[in-house]
Amino acid sequence: MSEFLRDYLTVVWFGAIALVLAGLLLGIAALVRPNKPNAQKLIAYESGVDPVGDGWSQSQIRYYIFALLFVVFDVEAVFLFPWATQLERYGTFGLVEMGIFVFVLLLGLVYAWRKGVLRWV
Amino acid sequence: MIAVDLPYWAQSLLRVLGGTVAVLLPAGTIVYLFLFKMMSFMQSRLGPMEAGPYGSMQLFAEVGKWLQKEDIQPERADKKIFKIAPLIVLVSTFILVAVVPFGPDAFFTDFEAGVFYFLAVSSVSVLGILIAGWSSANKYSLLGGLRAAGQLIAYELPMVLAVVGVVIQAGSMNMQQIVFAQNHGSIFGWDGLGNPYVLTQFVGFGVFMIAVQAELTQTPFDMPIAESELVSGYMTEYSGFRFLIFFIAEFANVGIFALIASVLFLGGWGVPFSWFGWDSMDAVDDWMNIVGPLIMIGKMLALSFLIMWVRFSYPRLREDQLQRFAWKVLIPVSLVNIMLTAILKVAF
Repeated sequence: MSEFLRDYLTVVWFGAIALVLAGLLLGIAALVRPNKPNAQKLIAYESGVDPVGDGWSQSQIRYYIFALLFVVFDVEAVFLFPWATQLERYGTFGLVEMGIFVFVLLLGLVYAWRKGVLRWV
Repeated sequence: MIAVDLPYWAQSLLRVLGGTVAVLLPAGTIVYLFLFKMMSFMQSRLGPMEAGPYGSMQLFAEVGKWLQKEDIQPERADKKIFKIAPLIVLVSTFILVAVVPFGPDAFFTDFEAGVFYFLAVSSVSVLGILIAGWSSANKYSLLGGLRAAGQLIAYELPMVLAVVGVVIQAGSMNMQQIVFAQNHGSIFGWDGLGNPYVLTQFVGFGVFMIAVQAELTQTPFDMPIAESELVSGYMTEYSGFRFLIFFIAEFANVGIFALIASVLFLGGWGVPFSWFGWDSMDAVDDWMNIVGPLIMIGKMLALSFLIMWVRFSYPRLREDQLQRFAWKVLIPVSLVNIMLTAILKVAF
């Protein structure tokens, strides 16, 4: 197994320990906790009033344009990190290149700003 | 170290188990008590006093109490998903620890791209929150989950961009290398303090801590769990032990983000290497493997104090104020910070 995969084995162990721990405690809880369901107890909680309609009601997701912008900037971050580690080697050349890249992105942000997309509608 | 020739999987399992029991469990207990006491004093009350001397066994009392609580699952809920959601939050909290180095040899993983790993895993717990909100079939929970998603989208970016400055300065995404670069560095040729990046990247540190506050949904960014309007948001329908998992994961996440912030900005486990004349990672003395975790816990306490202090000092922002602050202040500031850091790095 390569060193790289071995590191991920450690991650798997951490996940496994979390699951075993939670499983163990939930198992103990299942043995000692009371279980007395009734119809009133099992309806959705709406501050003591009987719920109106379905819990999965329609609601407006106002930030979907933010989500689109997020994808753009997240991809930008993927480009930024490799550049950041090698900046010393690239020197001024890398600096100017990335300056142009970040400037174009900032331009995009300013454009979205001017178009009023960054406003909560 | 271990005389018996164990297969690799057993070695790494032992390492993880040992690390969890020796470092994380005591650290968790201490941090839990520390935060509880601290927030109690800020609100002029005593906090936990009954469980153990000075309330020190509060965490265990908490577990014992919640074990006995009924596990109510709403009838309309998507039960399978409803049960899985807290586990996702717990697992993502645990595997986030894997990337934190505690000493020259006391680390769990040594990822070449540790910063990437941290950024990727830290956004997984929000998936748990989102599906908890959806599966509860409750309007409060649904709104809470959606708000959590919107908040993650807004504050993930400032956090990622704030870290870029650190990566530029260290020239590496490996957590150990970042620690090394800080403790081995010097400020204008003076190496008495090393070069903790909080001094040079103070803008990045500020942006990072604000983004962490938002990622952890702590006040002033706690719309997803706003108790006065959403009745704890995505946690509304949870009861019994599953609620406790969410509750403890929240505190654990504060501690872990504090650990990571101290690695990135405060010099991690190290002391300035010039004090002892260490000039490479191999030259660091072995006793740092004992002192390192203690230093890390100290820094974690300091930073989680900061997070909690802010939490108890500021009122809640509105959803639109939150989005505006992220997109119109934090992101431009962190982009400018990146370019300034890069220019200074090339110039010097």
